[in-house]
Formats: sequence, structure tokens, C-alpha cells
Amino acid sequence: MALDEIKIGGMGASRRRVEDNRFIRGKGKYVDDVVLPGMLHMEILRSTVAHARIKSIDTSAAWEVPGVRLVLTGEMMAARNLAWMPTLSYDTQAVLATDKIRFQGQEIAAVIADDPYIAKDACAKIVVEYEQLPAITNPFIAQEPSMPIIRDDKENQPTNKVFDWEIGDKERTDQAFAEADVVSTIDLHYPRSHPSPMENCGSIADYDRATGKLTVYMTSQAPHIVRAAVAMVAEIPEHQIRIISPDLGGGFGNKVPIYPGYVISILASILTERPVKWIEDKTGNLISTGFGRDVYLQGQIAMRKDGRILGMRMHTISDHGAFFADAQPTKFKIGLMHSTFACYDIPAAHLTSEGYYTNKAPGGVAYRCSFRVTEAMFFQERMIHAAANDLGMDQAEFRRINLVKDDMFPYRTAFGFLTDSGQYGKCLDVGLEAIGYSTFKEEQEEARKRGKLLGIGISTMTEPLGAGNSREYDIIGIKMFDSAELRVHMTGKAILRTGAKTQGQGHETTWAQIVAHELGIPADDIVVEEGDTDTAPFGMGTYASRSTPVAGAAVAMVARKIRAKARKIAAHLLEVSEEDIEWELGRFYVRGNQERGVTIQDCALAAYSNVPDGLEPGLENNAYYDPPNLTWPFAAYICKVEVDAETGVWDVLKFVAVDDCGVRINPMIVEGQIMGGLTEAYAMANMQYITFDEEGNCIGANYMDYLLPTAWETPGFELHEVVTPCPHHPIGAKGIGECATVGGPAAFVNAVMNAIEHTGVRNVDMPLMPNRVYEALQTGQNVSGMPPVKVG
Amino acid sequence: MSSLFDEVITPGADVPVRRITVEINGEKRTMDVEPRLLLVHLLRQGLELTGTHSGCDTTSCGACTVLFDGRPLKSCTLFAVMADGHKVETVEGMGSASELDPIQEGFKQEHGLQCGFCTPGMMLASKALLERNPNPTEDEVRWALSGNLCRCTGYQNIVKAVLWAAEKMRDEQNEEA
Amino acid sequence: MYPSRFAYEAPKTLGEAIALLDASGGEAKILAGGQSLIPMVKLRFASPEMLVDINNIPGLDYIRMDPDGTLRIGALARHEDFEHSATLAETHPTLAAAASLVADPIVRTRGTFVGSLCHADPQGDWSATMVALGGRIVAQGPNGKREIDVRSFVLGPFSNALAFNEIAVEAVIPPVKGRPAGSYLKLERRVGDFATASVAVALDMNGTTVGRAGCALAGVGGRTIDANDAISVLVGKTLNAESIEAAADAVATAADPRTDHRGSADYKRHVVKTFVTRILNNIANSEQKAA
Repeated sequence: MALDEIKIGGMGASRRRVEDNRFIRGKGKYVDDVVLPGMLHMEILRSTVAHARIKSIDTSAAWEVPGVRLVLTGEMMAARNLAWMPTLSYDTQAVLATDKIRFQGQEIAAVIADDPYIAKDACAKIVVEYEQLPAITNPFIAQEPSMPIIRDDKENQPTNKVFDWEIGDKERTDQAFAEADVVSTIDLHYPRSHPSPMENCGSIADYDRATGKLTVYMTSQAPHIVRAAVAMVAEIPEHQIRIISPDLGGGFGNKVPIYPGYVISILASILTERPVKWIEDKTGNLISTGFGRDVYLQGQIAMRKDGRILGMRMHTISDHGAFFADAQPTKFKIGLMHSTFACYDIPAAHLTSEGYYTNKAPGGVAYRCSFRVTEAMFFQERMIHAAANDLGMDQAEFRRINLVKDDMFPYRTAFGFLTDSGQYGKCLDVGLEAIGYSTFKEEQEEARKRGKLLGIGISTMTEPLGAGNSREYDIIGIKMFDSAELRVHMTGKAILRTGAKTQGQGHETTWAQIVAHELGIPADDIVVEEGDTDTAPFGMGTYASRSTPVAGAAVAMVARKIRAKARKIAAHLLEVSEEDIEWELGRFYVRGNQERGVTIQDCALAAYSNVPDGLEPGLENNAYYDPPNLTWPFAAYICKVEVDAETGVWDVLKFVAVDDCGVRINPMIVEGQIMGGLTEAYAMANMQYITFDEEGNCIGANYMDYLLPTAWETPGFELHEVVTPCPHHPIGAKGIGECATVGGPAAFVNAVMNAIEHTGVRNVDMPLMPNRVYEALQTGQNVSGMPPVKVG
Repeated sequence: MSSLFDEVITPGADVPVRRITVEINGEKRTMDVEPRLLLVHLLRQGLELTGTHSGCDTTSCGACTVLFDGRPLKSCTLFAVMADGHKVETVEGMGSASELDPIQEGFKQEHGLQCGFCTPGMMLASKALLERNPNPTEDEVRWALSGNLCRCTGYQNIVKAVLWAAEKMRDEQNEEA
Repeated sequence: MYPSRFAYEAPKTLGEAIALLDASGGEAKILAGGQSLIPMVKLRFASPEMLVDINNIPGLDYIRMDPDGTLRIGALARHEDFEHSATLAETHPTLAAAASLVADPIVRTRGTFVGSLCHADPQGDWSATMVALGGRIVAQGPNGKREIDVRSFVLGPFSNALAFNEIAVEAVIPPVKGRPAGSYLKLERRVGDFATASVAVALDMNGTTVGRAGCALAGVGGRTIDANDAISVLVGKTLNAESIEAAADAVATAADPRTDHRGSADYKRHVVKTFVTRILNNIANSEQKAA
């Protein structure tokens, strides 16, 4: 008599997506689709140079263009204390430049006009005079005494350094190295990459002078954080601010930061007394918004000759661009970089980190990275790969020796994380079997005789997802819990709202599945809404794969609160005491008499028409969830490639992904996340990066230079599943959205390195473009991805 | 038949405009437009058909793909005036009020979309493919869609969606025969 | 994303189009496929005062072979017409191979062969095939038609030899006397990318001997590289390991690549050599199979 959970769209069902119904009809509502009466359009003028003193900005000709309503400059913003705004890393960022340009593409002025064509015409008429300064394009020349100080707007900023940071046990680690038989070293650059969702950022700000209310439609993955930030910056009280994140055309972290365009559009609306729409173009998005990576990763591991790792040390040098605007937990200056090596049993580790300002767009933590875990795991698996070779040991065997074993959980890593579950060895075994590892060496030798270079690369990792517990995690002081509010109506249908914000992950589909699982209400009877701060309970948004771990948990918790109340109502309806009530999916029944029961829908109706004395009517509640720990999914990614020695072009022959993300709410959606992430991993390994020339010009500010793979280049992926439930999550689920992006790149790179191993080359920096692979083959030397520089 | 002067897109009275008639999703529309107005903006702002999306500035991404006289076209790289006398089909013209086009169904069945932004363009490019090649191989599908970028799906399910639709359409053809 | 204003005309005859160009004094540009011009106008890299749209002029959308084997390509022949041709793989294998490598499948429905030549992008695929095939462009102006050898047609990057009041109405490829053989290889990092290096080879075979050899390169110089002289070392020879190596070396020497983020000059030169070798080896192998 219990309902069939799959039939009602509960957990484990590959329920087809609710959001698809509007997207496949072209009825999605993205920010640029929203039209408000009287709306004006805003275009931003961006700098063409990377580093310069501003001598003058002449906007007079722009004002003359018919249809122009307002032209804003930094000076006008400064008069209202809005030329600078705080960042999520306790720094400040220019909204519109006043004294200096600090990166190519920085915002200089904004034109607000009747339509965007006119606004662009007017932008073209603004005349800016610069006095150019030397451009700093990497953190090494940022340290050169002859190079200028970029942040001369700040007091107590005598150099271009942003921070020094350290974690771990230096003494113990040094000791491990002293005892080692073999020490392996690696030196990598993880290049600057950009999330580049298909939809660019934008906002529509609408200040209503009559009511004093500011409504902003915005491409934001975290609308509640934005509401708080706008309250601080614009000095409009928080209850008079409404942020609406409608449909988002992808996020991947790019839509977490608060961009100057949003702030300018708000002021423009206040000044013009009209709604103002700002939609950036792809160049604006690539050249100025939140990017990921751009870190130099240097490290060593100390080993015994039997392959046991004794210790690990790592030094990172990160390039933050012109403003320190990373969106990450406050305590950790380099994000969760110290999650590196978490899947291996290592007794001692030490990490030091330096960050620098450069003349580039601000950011570093905004690309499906789980707060720099992409860098941590790339370093880890590239280091492991090199070390196995140094030892003369098989790649899989070396990992197996050092992976945390199943019976070691809960396991405290050398950097203090607590991993709680996993079957690492099993995942690796499934992957090795699927790729045909046992016969590969033979295959590789035979192919080499025919002049073909084959290679296999392995990447195994566990990563910290679901930030995070309030003891350790906050963003500008706000704790990283999340929330869910569930209202069950009298006919048994429901509406659920959460503090998360889906950008394609399918929350409208999956959250309903959790409620179906907990309450037996068919998922089709539950509508899910996110993104409107006037109606959604407070949450910290969706990024860093935190939503299933945190918001998903809140959904389960609120559904359980509802069920607990319904139980009381059921007892009342069945005229027994609560202790005699049992639950099966969708109904309560009397213990010992399963036939006698009431459905959850019966209880819902009764909540409004027949509650017991002493119980409040209604069947609505909310939950705020502070996760006790992060969740720890595990993945084994194995890639087989063929390298064309004559051109350096490499093709993926096979790619196997084994993911263990605990209980899967919707297997179809989980697989979609993995394939999307693997494609981004492939892109970064193969073709996708932002670089700079010596003058500080950004190469990668449009899709002709910033290469995303098409359906033609992108390989197919073979997916496998292992399930180790999360012991602390209410439904046993772990995060998954970013695993493939985090663990994937090393699999591709290790495979190519394996194919060209006979040259002795230790490292080719990503992206492994044909010319770099060819160079490695020809010279036998490492190939660095550091951009060319000019020290002047 | 719609009236002769349906829409005026342009701002000022003294800006030269051109009268064009375009058949959009089977309906003839007559409008006065500035020559520089891009077709994608005519669709999105002029006609409020916001299903066609604008993604990039280098004719690279294909989010703006429509069918132009039945052939796929990036609507950001055509001036609206050039569409005078031609037929344009957008995602809003796919299927009907009561029934989805098999391609739309396929995308839903096979999880061929996540954020939905590239989807209208992908579906229309797929439609053009299947009209010429009702039984494509996986490679042929990937090749035909190599002008449309997707950031979310990794393409594998998009390919499955198109093959699902192709099979359904072939079955329907066979039933009718 | 938003072009500046321009005047627009859509003439119905060539005569009208030429008259408009003539009256404009050089401020008007021809709009055919628009897949190269419109992106430039959108980014305001080009701001012509007038665009003359020739898409409504009938009789320009042809690819046809004259009885004597001359191939004539009209101004409105689209890239995809080449990709979907049933006969081109046999009559003009160099063109057939390049057809599916131009831009991407959607751009190919609209962009034109002749327009691409006029655009004169140093990395343009069609320009390289035309130079290898010894083609020419027919220009029509107020004083009638004239023919311009493709090698004199491009003056520099994005600059061609048309007078301001001339339209390129046709591209012409001379007949092949023997059996046509050839191909086009392009190193692009992904579909739609410009070439890191690309090679067009067009041979005219008399049995197993090379009667005529043409070769041109894209992406390895500030303009399309004319490597016809270099590959002429093959003329009168059969294709064997020695002659192929000599030809590949000569062509690689003719390249003039620059070091940039796509690779070093040496690398690009090496890719040229590799591609020439592969194309010639393929021709030699298919000959052997045929024999």
C-alpha cells in the first residue's frame, strides 16, 4: 500500500525535468527577456589599455546624441560614494575608474539611452586620455622593484602582494622529507580560464521613487548575498531591496560576484527614475568578469622506496588581477587548496601561499572549482603521476598503496579535513577494468612500433563539497547555511522555495523528488521556486557544488518537520495516540492494522479543517541547515589518448568516469552534470585559456580566441557509478556538480604525458595545444604556459 | 492577414527606416526598421519572440540560430532588412500549442538541455539536419551541430536527443506510409 | 554588438548595384553572405556609409562547369553548395576538401566563396585553394568586365584589387587537362577556428606523372602564401618518397609564419611540411590502389 517511489518521482527516479517544459518552447525568462515599461538601456565603455593614469574623460559629445538620457563617469559616482565598492574578499573594487585604469576592459563610463544601439553610438563618442604605465601580466614581475604599484589607491599597500598564507605542519613535513628515500618535484601553471556560461551577465534595476523600493533583476547565483551587499553599498534599507534571479543561462561561478555594471545600473535607475537594463556582451564577460585559476603550483612529495608517501609540501603563487574579489570563505585566502591529497593517507603536509595583484580582471575563484579545489586536485594528480614515474612504479599501483582505505574512515587529513566515507579502491578498480588497463602496456608498445603514440592517464580524487559548517565557513561574515520553505496546501499539493539558485542543475525537478521521498507527495504535485529574495528563504546561493549538500538537506529537513506535524494530525484523524502511528511512503497507518490509515493528502486537508486541540492549523514550515561537515564524493577518471607525433594533435580514444557521489536523487541529472564537467575539463586540457601579451592585452576576450569545444571535438564519456552514502547528510547525498571539472583535467594531461613519456618530458602546461605537445616531443623539455612578459 | 504597419522599431522620427515584410513562423509581419537592426534584435525586442538568444559577438556560439528559408542561420549575423520577403522560423514556431515537435520531445526525454540557453538554436539546427538527413550517424549529428556551442551538457545527450527524434520521426513516417 | 548607422540599398540588377558603388565614391561596400563583413560592422571595425545588398540579384548563385572544363562560381554561390556538391570531390578535390573546413556548418549556409575571396583574410581557406588552382576573379564595373588573376587580387590583409565601383561577379578556375588530384588540410584547434596552418595542393596528373602542380598556404604569413613555384619541383615527376620530400621541403621554405599563441614559426613551418607530405602520400596511395 506504500506508493512506488519511482512512479511518484521520488529519489532514484530519472524524472524528466520540469524546467524543460518552458525551455524547449523558448519560453524561458532570462534577464534579457524581461521588459519593464519605460525601460532604458545601458552600455559600458571599457578601457583599451591595461594600466594607465587617466588624464581626462570627455563625455560632452556623448550627451549630445539624441536618445541619450544619462552619461555616468567615475567622478559622478565618487560624488555619491559609489566609485568604489567592497568585494567579497574584504578589498575594494572600482565601479567606474577615477584615477587609473588597472586592467584592460575595466569600466570607464556608462551611457544610458533609449536603446542599446544609441547607447553604443554615444559610448563611441566618449574621449579618454591616458598616460600609459607598464602592464604587469604575471605575479613574478609584480614583484619586480622596477614595476609600478597597481593599488596605489590603497593605504598600507607598498607592494603588489595581496596576502601570504600558510597551513599545515612545517616541522613535521620537513622531518618527513629528511627521512625520504625519494623526493619528487613538480612545477605547474594552471592557466587563467573563464567559466563563460552561454548567457552573459546583466541586470535590470528599477527604483520606484513612490514606494522607495528597489527591484533588480540580476544574473546572480546568490541573490540574498547581493541584497545584503546592495544594502551596504547603495544605502537603501534591506527590506526595500528585492533581487530577482530569473532563469540563468549557466553560471559556473561566473554569476556569483557583484559586478560594477549591476551597481551602475542601480544608480542610473535612481537618477533617471526609469528602469535601466544592462546586458553585457561576450567580450565584456570574458575580459572583466570572474575567472578561475591562474595559479602557479609548485610542490614536492617525500616517499619511501616502497611507494608510501611520507609528506607533501606545496607552494602556490596566485594571480588575482587588479582587485582581490575572490568569492570564497573568509578564513581561507587560497580557498580550499589545502584539500589537496585528501584521498591519500599522508601523515604530514605543509602549504604556503602568496597572492599578487596584476593588471588583469579581478577574481580567481569562479569556475566550477569548489573554491580552488580544481587547482588542488590538478596539482595532486600531476604530482602523483610524476612521482609514480620517478619511483618506476605503475600509476594505478602507486595510487592504491596510498589511497585511504575503506576501514580508515572517518579520516583526518594532514591539513585537518575530516573525510567520512568512500570506496576509493573500488572506484579505481571499476575504472581500470572499463578502460582495459591490464592490456594497455602491450597495446602501447605495439602501437609505438607502428609510429603511434598512445597514452593512459589516471586521476583520482575526493573533494570537499557543501560549504559549510558555521564554525569554519563564512563569506564576509555571513554563515554558509541554507534553507527551504515548504507549504502544503489543503488539496495536498505543495510549493517549495529554497535559498539556492539553479542555473541548469535542475532544482525544480530534484528538490521535488526529495519532498516526494520524504512525504509521498508525487513530485508532479510540487512546484519549486528559487531566486526571488522577497519570497525565497535566506540562503547563500548555488556554487561550489553546495546545493545538494546544504539546500538539499534543508529540503529533507523541512519535509520531515511537515511529516512530524502530519503524524499528529493522522493520529487525531485515526483516533489513536501518536505512538501507534506508523509511516509508509504516502500514508500513516495504525500499527498492527495496515488497512486503517490516512494519506498525506488527508492530513493536508485536515490541517486546514480539522486539527487536534492545541495544534496550530496549517501545514507549512521552513528549515535552515548548518551542515555538520562537508561531503566527500570520490571520482576515478581514466583517459586514453592517441597523439599525432607529427602535429602534436591528440585525440581521446576512450574516457571512463567512475563517480561516487553517494545517494543519487536523479541519476539522469547527475550524469548530465558529470558529462558537462568532463567537457569543461577537456576544454581546459585541450584548448581553452585566457592569456596576455607583453603589453597587457587580453588574448581570450572573444570566442575566436577563447576556445570552447564544439560537439565535433568533444569526446564521448563512459560513466560508471559507485554509491557510498554520506553518513551525515539526511538523504545520504554528496555534491557532484563540480567533480568532473575538478578531477577531469589531470586525466587528460596525464594521458598525453604518458604518451610522450619516452621523451623524458615532465610537464606541459595546459592547454595542451598541438604546438606545445609538438615542442615537448621535439625538445624533450618541459613546456611552460607562462605568458610573455616585459619588465620595464 | 495582419495589417500593413504592425511595428515600428526605430527611435527617432528623422532616422531613415525601411519597410520590410517577413514571414515569421508562418505569419507575415510588416515593419519599419533601421537598416542596422540585427535580425536577432528584430525577433527579440521588436517582436518579443525571446526564445532566440544572443550569446556572443563573433558569430561563434549559435544561440541565435533560426531557420531562414529552411536553412540554419545565425540571426545575429544578418540585418533584419535582408530578411525582407523571406521566411524565418524560430523556436516559438516549433510544434504546436497542443503537441511538441519530436525534436523538442527528444531534448526533454534524453536530458539534452540544462540551462536551456543554447537549446532553441540547437533544436533548429537539428531540425534542418533531419530534414536533409533523416537517418544521421552520431558523427553526422556532431558535425551538423558544430556551429552551436553548449557549456552545460557536454553534447552527448544532445546527440542522443537528436537521434531519439530522428527515430521517432522515421517511425511516424513509416506509420503514415 | 551594435553597428553604427549606414544607408542600405538592395538593388535587383548588377547595373543598379554598380551604379550605387560608383555614386558612393568609395564609401559603399557590397553585402553578399555578410558572414565576414557583418561581424566587422557589428564590432565597429568597419563602418561603411552604405551597404549594397546583392542577394536579390538573380542569376548569381551558380557553380557550373563549362564544356571545356572551366569551373565558374557565381558571386552568390554559398560555402555549403561546395560541401554538398555531388561532383566536386571528383572534379575539384581541393575545393571539396576545403568546403567542409570553412567556418562552421551554419555560417556555411550563408557565406559566399567569392565574398570570402574579396574579404582577403590572410587566413582565408578559399584564397589558398584559388591560388593553388591558378584561379582568377571576374570584376564588373561601369566600364564592363575585366579578369584579375587571384595572385594579383589580394593587395594585403583585408584589401583587394577591386576598384571602388567594381563588383566581383564570378570566380573562374581554369580547366584541368589531365586527372585532377589534390586536397586541403587545415590545423584548426576546433571547428570555426582560423588556421594555425593550412595547405592547399592541386595537381593535374598525366597518368602517374605530375603535369601541373599548384600549392598555397594560409595562416603562415601576413597573406595567402603562393607556393606554386615551390611545388613545381614535382612537375614531370612521379610521386615517390624522394619527390614528395623535396616538394614538402620546398613548400615549407616558402611559408612565412609568425610566432604567436598558436605556435612558433618553426612549428607552423613543420605543420606545412607534414601536410604537404600527407596530401601527396594520399594521392600516391590512391593511384596505387587504382592501378
